[in-house]
Amino acid sequence: MAQTKRELLVDPLVDNNPITLQVLGICSALAVTSSLKVAFVMALAVTLVTAFSSMFISILRNQIPGAIRIIVQMVIIASLVIIVDQILKAYAYEISKTLSVFVGLIITNCIVMGRAEAFAMKNPPIASFIDGIGNGLGYGLILMMVGVIRELFGSGSLFGITILPTVNNGGWYVPNGLLLLPPSAFFVIGLLIWAFRTWKPEQVEEREYKIQTVEAH
Amino acid sequence: MGLRNFFDRIEPHFAKGGKYEKLFPVYEMVESFLYTPRTVTTAAPHARSYIDMKRIMTYVVIATIPCILVGLYNVGFQVNSAIAVHGASGWRAWLIEALGIGFDPANPFANFMHGLLYFLPIYITTLVVGGIWEVIFATVRGHEVNEGFLVTSMLYALILPASAPLWQVALGISFGVVIGKEVFGGTGKNFLNPALTGRAFLYFAYPAQMSGDTIWTPVDGFSGATALSVSASDGYAQLAADGMSWMDAFIGTIQGSIGETSTLACLIGLAFLLFTKIANWRLVVGCLAGMIGFSTLLNVIGSDTNPMFAMPWYWHLVVGGYAFGLVFMVTEPVSASHTNLGRYFYGALIGFMVVMIRVINPAFPEGMMLAILFGNVFAPLIDYFVVQANIKRRAKRNA
Repeated sequence: MAQTKRELLVDPLVDNNPITLQVLGICSALAVTSSLKVAFVMALAVTLVTAFSSMFISILRNQIPGAIRIIVQMVIIASLVIIVDQILKAYAYEISKTLSVFVGLIITNCIVMGRAEAFAMKNPPIASFIDGIGNGLGYGLILMMVGVIRELFGSGSLFGITILPTVNNGGWYVPNGLLLLPPSAFFVIGLLIWAFRTWKPEQVEEREYKIQTVEAH
Repeated sequence: MGLRNFFDRIEPHFAKGGKYEKLFPVYEMVESFLYTPRTVTTAAPHARSYIDMKRIMTYVVIATIPCILVGLYNVGFQVNSAIAVHGASGWRAWLIEALGIGFDPANPFANFMHGLLYFLPIYITTLVVGGIWEVIFATVRGHEVNEGFLVTSMLYALILPASAPLWQVALGISFGVVIGKEVFGGTGKNFLNPALTGRAFLYFAYPAQMSGDTIWTPVDGFSGATALSVSASDGYAQLAADGMSWMDAFIGTIQGSIGETSTLACLIGLAFLLFTKIANWRLVVGCLAGMIGFSTLLNVIGSDTNPMFAMPWYWHLVVGGYAFGLVFMVTEPVSASHTNLGRYFYGALIGFMVVMIRVINPAFPEGMMLAILFGNVFAPLIDYFVVQANIKRRAKRNA
């Protein structure tokens, strides 16, 4: 195995981030990042699901027939998602109501399927588990960054605690309503990707075309 | 030619290897603003034309002059009329009194000056903030700052309400210039109209300051609905009952953003743009046809619950931002379709969407901004189908 355990954990944070480099899991990143608390719970849920599904799939990887592997993966992921959903409903009902359908939609989150298919099917269980944690954390990192920007400037608070007192509550800050709308996460994620690629130019993709210069004669 | 000599003398400092090499775009901007750009193509084909980008952009700015003049007059007129009822306050009122101009809404000069005091801060903020972004990107990316920015900033300032807070103006133009234009590579590569992108950002980010009944005339306590929101709630017949004739809306003495109220001024600008061939007439025809066709269809269908269904096309033409958008935004060559056939479809799509949003979508009384941005996004797709159809036709001919 080429990667050490440490690399498996740290690589997906920046260098191989599932959102900013692979551009996976965008849908939930748009939907749940308007408040930091919800984003945090979502990140936690995805991390757990990715880690455990990767581990279980990895344990079973030599028994799963290639032709139906996607179905088997889906069964494992779906069971885990249902467990997470039930736990949230039992212990954090308010948040689970805000997250609504998006907990269930972790099943379709490309990151979970992607790690199962790309990593867990070819690697031993412990490495797969760490890889799942790492990718979940990479996803969570971006979710939290987007969440901080959106909640701070959209409603002037962080984790529900007022940082910038808004005009409606007698303060001075005029909240930016656009940031509370899901499409704004597109801009924020886009700007984050821009910042990441300026910081790490090796992440920039090659151009699909080349502008040619013509010599004068 | 002292100035020319001055430029020639300092040019080596900005050229490659000079002391201020990094600031070349700034030098280039000032120089090409004052003189014809000297850069020419070095490879064939060598097409000769007097229309370069500088001239195109300058012509568009010239075409907005009627809108600016009427807009300034109208802002002052609305403010002065409201002051007669609600009283004056703020630094503008103080300055006007200090100059001894007065607040008489029957005095065109007083109106004009008062409007200017509202327009200038917005316009200067736009120029300064947008200009800073342009220069930053030009310096980092090594492209030029061109007159396109003058067009963007002028159009942007004209589609804001007179009461817009200046920090919001600055935020909006930053978004428009950076997200609407520079991230895609600058002028000529922007598939969205930068001025409208900035305006749309403000519209969604700060709806309280960008829509409603109290923002169009910046006088405390005054409330005046736009023609479109009156029509949306009570039908366009109510406008006449409120004392607004079609002629008022056509000339532009109504509530609305600074430069967009006067259809007449927009049409003068349109005539200039069509005469100089800056605007493509196919876009205008398409947009008019789409609007007239769909609004007439809705007139025929009719509705008992939605009074907007009954609004005839000649009212759609004069209220809201339709005329301004048609003249200055739909015809923008970069974000519109580039094929002649595609231009009809592009225009028609926008004309159709405007009426669609105004009449059928209850959330937005005005639809021109959203319709044009929608059209911008579809323009490349329209071009694609036109080009593919042409390829198919020719392949059949030569088969």
